Amino acid sequence: MRLDKIDRKLLNLVQEKFPLLSEPYRKLGEIIGISEGEVLARLKQMQDEGVIRRLGAVFESRKLGYSGTLCAMRVEPDRVDEVAAIINSFPGVTHNYLREHQINMWFTVLAGSEDELGEILNLIREKTGIREIMELPAEEIFKIKVNFSLS
Amino acid sequence: MNEVDKILTEQDKKIIRALQNGLPLVTRPYQSIAEKLELTEDELVEKIRSFITDGKIRRFGATVQHFELGFVANAMVVWDVPEEKVSETGRIMAGFKEVTHCYRRPRRPGWPYNLFTVVHGQSREYCAGIAKRLSRATGVTNYSLLYSTAELKKSSMRYFE
Repeated sequence: MRLDKIDRKLLNLVQEKFPLLSEPYRKLGEIIGISEGEVLARLKQMQDEGVIRRLGAVFESRKLGYSGTLCAMRVEPDRVDEVAAIINSFPGVTHNYLREHQINMWFTVLAGSEDELGEILNLIREKTGIREIMELPAEEIFKIKVNFSLS
Repeated sequence: MNEVDKILTEQDKKIIRALQNGLPLVTRPYQSIAEKLELTEDELVEKIRSFITDGKIRRFGATVQHFELGFVANAMVVWDVPEEKVSETGRIMAGFKEVTHCYRRPRRPGWPYNLFTVVHGQSREYCAGIAKRLSRATGVTNYSLLYSTAELKKSSMRYFE
């Protein structure tokens, strides 16, 4: 999707300062100088095209009592699709990337408790037959930023 | 019962469940969600504010799909940092706008890296250039870039479901 100047302005704005006001889209329109209707239409198009995944709250899993970890596994190239399908079938697996390295499958797991997290990893071991999962929980967080600034 | 269960009421969990569906594109989106929860619009907005204040909501705004925006290369850059320097190094790297994530994680057998950064950019060369700058700024020279070749899954967590 081609984003014009106004789309870019709007996208920067809704990532950073989404108004906590009764009529937030009208407020966004006022800031940019377009009507509420146009804000809604542009946001709808960006959602439909997949540029915007979701509007609203991004939760901090730890503060909600969830446990999580980054995991990494070595998967033979011819088993990547099959193993990914097993891993991705767990709702707590939110991200999974294939990376250029001997240890090539990198995924994150979230669960309601440490025990539940351990159970998911055991199920992954069982179903894939791959025993070695490198667990790399965050010990200190220096930055999490998911805004992408557009010029 | 852990600490969070004590803090989060059933009502809170209901609100979190409703909010993770995202805000609707209507004139009064908070009102629309509040109605379903049998709350007033003001009560819902106040609750969102309190979740932001106590850190339960990390960010309130749009989540974008960066692949769609031309940030096509994504490299995880992992660093082998002496223990006593990790905090300082992590803070320096976090100060770079090109670094989107920066975490300390444990070392493992055969895996000497204990600081993880994620860099997004328009190309691999760009990501490699950023890694070089990070190395120069911190003096950490043992590092490795792991480029992503496929995004196999990316989703938002559904809490309390």
